[in-house]
Amino acid sequence: MSDRVSTQSGDSAVKAPSRVRGKEQRLLRAGYIPLMDAAILIVAAELGFAEREGLRLELVRDVTWANVRDRLAFRQFDIAHMLSPMPVASMLGLGSNPSPTITPFSLGRGGNAITLSARIFERMKSLTGLADDAGALANAKALAALLADMRARGEAMPTLGMTYPFSSHNYEFRYWLAAGGINPDRDVKLVVVPPPLTSDALSAGAIDGFCVGAPWNMIASERGTGRIVAAKQDIWPLAPEKVLGMRPEWAETNADTVSRLIVALDRAARWCDDAQNHNELAEILSAPDYIAAPTSIIRSVLSGEFSLDAQGTTRVVPDYFLYHGKAANYPRPDQASWIYSQMIRWGQADFSEEGMARVTSAFRPDLYEMALGANAATPDEPGERSASGYDGFMDGEIFDPRDVQAYAERFAVRSTSSGDDVTEA
Amino acid sequence: MSRSKITTDLTILVIDENAIRGSIIEEGLNEAGHLNVRVIHEMQGVARLIETMDPDVIIIDIENPNRDMMEHMFQLTRMISRPIAMFVDRSDTAAIEAAVDAGVSAYVVDGLKKERIKPILDMAVSRFNAFSRLQRELAEARSALEERKVIERAKGILMRMRGMSEEQAYALLRQTAMNEKKKLADIAQSVVTAAGMLL
Repeated sequence: MSDRVSTQSGDSAVKAPSRVRGKEQRLLRAGYIPLMDAAILIVAAELGFAEREGLRLELVRDVTWANVRDRLAFRQFDIAHMLSPMPVASMLGLGSNPSPTITPFSLGRGGNAITLSARIFERMKSLTGLADDAGALANAKALAALLADMRARGEAMPTLGMTYPFSSHNYEFRYWLAAGGINPDRDVKLVVVPPPLTSDALSAGAIDGFCVGAPWNMIASERGTGRIVAAKQDIWPLAPEKVLGMRPEWAETNADTVSRLIVALDRAARWCDDAQNHNELAEILSAPDYIAAPTSIIRSVLSGEFSLDAQGTTRVVPDYFLYHGKAANYPRPDQASWIYSQMIRWGQADFSEEGMARVTSAFRPDLYEMALGANAATPDEPGERSASGYDGFMDGEIFDPRDVQAYAERFAVRSTSSGDDVTEA
Repeated sequence: MSRSKITTDLTILVIDENAIRGSIIEEGLNEAGHLNVRVIHEMQGVARLIETMDPDVIIIDIENPNRDMMEHMFQLTRMISRPIAMFVDRSDTAAIEAAVDAGVSAYVVDGLKKERIKPILDMAVSRFNAFSRLQRELAEARSALEERKVIERAKGILMRMRGMSEEQAYALLRQTAMNEKKKLADIAQSVVTAAGMLL
């Protein structure tokens, strides 16, 4: 902080810089929810990546996304681990207490999965002859068949849990259900369950399935109460997940700090992705202060080794959890557009050009690129037929970020009018 | 039909997993003249309750893991006809910070005058703070008692094993604590632990 002190003696020839460096905040309070993708923040704080950039990270564990949002808005947090739809919703003024939020850094890709209760899955198998190693789409169609059967028998519709109305889990769960021909607002009952409680809620029979981040799916399947029927990679590998959120005016007055932070997080993300570090990472994350889950389960999540059920059916999902690879940290505005398309599809928002502008301004690749320069990852060209492209959807749909409205309206299953008929009976 | 509440009393729902704190808030609201108050401690059936009760203000503790669930409910059912805001007056940052610090969060029907809401929130904040002060004091008293007990036990062990008087035993503990720059109770605890392992 001692450099850059401009001492000018009398002469007014040279103007002082408009913003004096060194006044910026270096101690950052970061809110997080205990999940695998809080790892980059945790590692940056624990292993000295932040310190190397002259920053100190004070991590504060929280219980709900609503709290994280409010504490960021009311300046109790400087930065926060957030669901990627949260900055988008905030820029659109949706939900309770929306306050402008941007993200210059994504905290990874992958990690979500959909789990159904073992009981429901057994019924799907016996009704449709579904194979144990069936794909995500076949599983969704089998659930649709079971729902029709249950309706015919006069049984109550199943209750399914997700984490937050503006969450990747909400949109991915709905995407998967709808791809199988299920209307998520009519054929099932969607409720919110806090992630650490999902596995217990399934065991207790309070819910019949859920979509949540790692490691909670694996915990339910290891217990034998749940059966994983789809991973995020099956639905759309490019789907955005968690991001680092901050207030735009804070980012502006702390521009240098934001750059340092991005450098620190980039290094931490590379460290997290390196398989040689996975034992140590699993050790750090399993601590009671962080995720408080068995090290062995966190280790399997990191390597993408799924135990689908308690009978030992396993599956390896390549890149199930990416902290850095495949440009995972690049905050893509087209991902914000996709989130917007799903908000429109399910009646949370209406389309407008102004909305498009607001939505894409939430994701800030300019800040990411400025901080990292030549070290910045460059995402693949979206048109390519690749796992990271626009065409990797489970139902063969292709996302067109240039025409979000048409894309959102093209789906056979969607909310019919802007939300008004989505009422509880 | 249900929205002619301009002149009538506000309907307030308090959701608090801590039953004692919940009733302290309820009492405060009653004292302030609010009689349409309902306190619940668990989320079972809360959707239906909100629908029938149609509250103007919902006060919920910030540590409640069900806040995300509540917000989803507001999204889905539009049970309250107008949008819900976290705080009435976003410009009053001091009041908001005090609330968040105290652990209070609130949902308020949009359009209510802030003069009507502010006293309610202020009251909730001060009662939340008073409650945590009480809890802290209780915890401190409890740990002081525990410390005294462990020091007594350590003294007893030293008296028995080393044939010391009570004063000598206490002096030894205190001297060791000073030498090692530790709390007297910590030294006493290690004497008790060591004795447990040796005997």
